[in-house]
Amino acid sequence: MDAFMEVLQRPDFTKNFFVHIELSLAAVLLAILLSLPLAIAVNRSDLGSTVAINTGNIGRAVPSLAILVLMLPIFGLSFTTALVALTLLAIPPILINAVVGLRQVSRQVLDAAKGMGLSGRQILTGIQIPIAAPIIFAGIRTSAVQVVASATLATFIGAGGLGDYIVEGYQRNSTPIALAGALSVALLAVVTELVFGRLESGFTPKGLKIAQQRRGK
Amino acid sequence: MDSADDPPTAILAFLQSEFAPKSVQQKGFINWEWLADHLTETVLPAFLQHVFLSFISVAIALVIALPLGVLASRRRNLYAPLTAIAGFLYTIPSFSFFTILIFIVGLSVGRTPVIIALVAYSLLILIRNVVTGLDSVPAETIDAARGMGLTNRQILFGVELPLALPVIVAGIRIATVTVIGIAVIGSYIGGGGLGNLVFDGITRDFPTMYVTGAVLSTALAILADLVLVRTERVFSPWSRRVRRAG
Repeated sequence: MDAFMEVLQRPDFTKNFFVHIELSLAAVLLAILLSLPLAIAVNRSDLGSTVAINTGNIGRAVPSLAILVLMLPIFGLSFTTALVALTLLAIPPILINAVVGLRQVSRQVLDAAKGMGLSGRQILTGIQIPIAAPIIFAGIRTSAVQVVASATLATFIGAGGLGDYIVEGYQRNSTPIALAGALSVALLAVVTELVFGRLESGFTPKGLKIAQQRRGK
Repeated sequence: MDSADDPPTAILAFLQSEFAPKSVQQKGFINWEWLADHLTETVLPAFLQHVFLSFISVAIALVIALPLGVLASRRRNLYAPLTAIAGFLYTIPSFSFFTILIFIVGLSVGRTPVIIALVAYSLLILIRNVVTGLDSVPAETIDAARGMGLTNRQILFGVELPLALPVIVAGIRIATVTVIGIAVIGSYIGGGGLGNLVFDGITRDFPTMYVTGAVLSTALAILADLVLVRTERVFSPWSRRVRRAG
């Protein structure tokens, strides 16, 4: 137990902990910035949506270590490599959910909005996006948890993060070091899940919550 | 080299010349000779091992998940805790899970901890889908079956499970794809499979090897996904009939 605490107190542990968070956060933010405009762009087109969803589905199948490793010959061993790979990994869940979320808004609601004289832009920002928000956030949550987990593998391409300790633990056959890495990553993933779950319900419009409760009864 | 008339190659060449480490620029992206020489003795066995590892894990998980799922759909009070535990376990990153199995549970490095982890992740997905699938069977259908004098066992095997099959197969698809991805990481702790090429390649700074491992595992996952999507459709013939009628 003492040896375990010792690892946590190493100055490089704090550094790698923040590298892990920085890497994950940057990747998810970049993925959001790339996916949402794309989802809005294909919103009106059936073909565009189908292509986006199918590409996203194929993207989801790609093993996380494979994406990281495939960036290696292009960008070399670095933080950038990990960031590019993790961003690519983070895109599919957000993109799929955003496209599906925007499109599942019912015809009647859209017709009503149009009948009230709202412009296409107003319908998008005032109706579609708020109604789709919980689904979009569910996608962001899935992707954030996945990125936090995959950032552990960044150690294999020399980008640091908490995976360094797991690998060091195996190499030196040291239980405290390996567990310092493994347990902190696990904790980080669970906390990410909880925090983003909160965000998800925080961004659910009040009207939708009432509708859900009514349906539940 | 004339890559100008082929945009993807040209882009790759540009990115490489800008960012790639010297070793890659000199030796080239892929050493085809190495690949041809090691195809039957290294690459193919790793591929087959990966297929075997993934298949066996999903198969074991399915055998456990079917009865557990049926039980959970019968006794609703079991379902909530079961999914809560499953959801929690599912967020634990695989590399952490392997490490916990080895350093806390005390399993030795090799295939066992990898298969245990792969089965565990598949279970979480499969149980949920078995329950969802059974739930999707309309109550009227079950009433009709009962009215025709079918026993509970006949209803389960003859009505409920066949109707739940598409959702169960969807679960098998997600589990298979997930497991193929996690098995790559499992090679680090001796699970074997395509991850061996990835890790050996990184250690030797030999792109041909790790790119082969990464590309083949990606291809395997996508192929499994496509094949199982097809299977899902085969098991729900009524949806095709509806589409034709509509």
